[in-house]
Amino acid sequence: MLRQAPRFLLRRASAAAMRWSRPFSTDLPAETAGDSKFVDAWKKLIPNIDPPKTPSAYMAPRPPTPSTIPSKLTVNLVLPYDSVLSAKEVDMVIVPAATGQMGVLPGHVATITELKPGILSVHEGNDITKYFLSGGFAFVHANSIADIIAIEATPVDRIDQNLVQKGLAEFQQKLNSASTDVEKAEAQIGIDVYSALNAALTG
Amino acid sequence: MAMAALRREGRRIAAPLINPHPINPLRSSLASSDREHTLLGVRSISTQVVRNRMKSVRNIQKITKAMKMVAASKLRAIQTKAENSRGLWQPFTALLGDTPSVDVKKNVIVTISSDKGLCGGINSTSVKISRGLHKLNAGPEKECKYVILGEKAKAQLVRDSKKDIELAFTELQKNPLNYTQVAVLADDILKNVEYDALRIVFNKFQSVVAFVPTTSTVLSPEVVEREAEAGGKLGELDSYEIEGGETKSEVLQNLTEFQFSCVMFNAMLENACSEQGARMSAMDSSSRNAGDMLDRLTLTYNRTRQASITTELIEIISGASALEG
Repeated sequence: MLRQAPRFLLRRASAAAMRWSRPFSTDLPAETAGDSKFVDAWKKLIPNIDPPKTPSAYMAPRPPTPSTIPSKLTVNLVLPYDSVLSAKEVDMVIVPAATGQMGVLPGHVATITELKPGILSVHEGNDITKYFLSGGFAFVHANSIADIIAIEATPVDRIDQNLVQKGLAEFQQKLNSASTDVEKAEAQIGIDVYSALNAALTG
Repeated sequence: MAMAALRREGRRIAAPLINPHPINPLRSSLASSDREHTLLGVRSISTQVVRNRMKSVRNIQKITKAMKMVAASKLRAIQTKAENSRGLWQPFTALLGDTPSVDVKKNVIVTISSDKGLCGGINSTSVKISRGLHKLNAGPEKECKYVILGEKAKAQLVRDSKKDIELAFTELQKNPLNYTQVAVLADDILKNVEYDALRIVFNKFQSVVAFVPTTSTVLSPEVVEREAEAGGKLGELDSYEIEGGETKSEVLQNLTEFQFSCVMFNAMLENACSEQGARMSAMDSSSRNAGDMLDRLTLTYNRTRQASITTELIEIISGASALEG
């Protein structure tokens, strides 16, 4: 039994050495100012426990605003269950903002906009990819990065015309028979989405 | 080593034989090894007791192995979802920055934990971090409340912070996690709790054996405006144009609510992954431990068995030699 001891010790030591020499791939070299303030305050009050990490430790920092307008727009389209586009370089995107279709080109002014159900079209050279978005937010940053966060995004060719018509009729009927404000609001939302879907298919 | 043990056993067993104890040759001591009489402070474990112990340890080993397999399959199912949802909170952090050291009056700590146990130390870690945040944000005119998701954190926090618990949700994982459920939950929390800053505490899933306690901060729209005016990380927020017919504060409100539900969704998925991973490693070490115990018990069993054989032989031989000489 004592023969195993050196092996155990060697394993333990080498494991410890490995842990120290190999940094986490998620660790970034620079901590932001707010983080170090938090870490210092934590260490003063609660010295025995390591401070928790914060989201900025898991994210690559965004590039600063360039002095000249870049030629391409970087688009991120994220959904709760998938990142459809991540850091894709395109020429233009047209987002279905609440005020109507909004075109975003590189060098667009920094904007925050809510999205209504509608079509997002991504223009890359001569390709145009269209997605139907269910709603969400779009941020355009000054460094020509556009973040579009939606709950659902389906390519337009996967939408069934018949189901759209049926849904529209169903929600119109619900609106007519709605009694409370909540029901009316829900029915109205349904109608908005299905009309947008209809417009997406026809337009 | 076995010989020495046998000799020791022999010496121990020989001692009571010198006593006037009638040896019944009809009794087969090997077949029914019941507990022997304890004489002169001599301790001996019978093989039946050891066998029972081995049976129960073997059962536990099988159960923990099965639990590990179940946790591994659940982890596989939920890990892809968690990794896909990681892009969801990044745009918000890119826009609004990460401000864990913000100083506000009403802090709400949302602690995410599991409902079931046997998952290692992740729930205790979350509770420790929550208590740490509570201490960090305590002060005059400042209040700090808890919103608890999951039974385990509730059980721990109810012991000393019962009056600070605003809401508690349990049984969240009965159906597989999806965004709609989390959106409804987030809506519930936002409606019933007054907050200036929400701090979500969860375990981020780094790998099957590594879970990092993390805290995400979501600010209320008023605090966002205040911080934007004050400058610093959110100072650039004013340079963003707000498209849309609604006022800036309405858009900010929708934005922060959306941010909360997105961050919650990712946090719950990551915590669920961490739970399954922790359970896998806990059950694995438990099976390994049970295997070690079985090895030790087998040795004890063999020793006991050989000792009883030796006893039997000694009885017979000494009985025969008593008859002869």
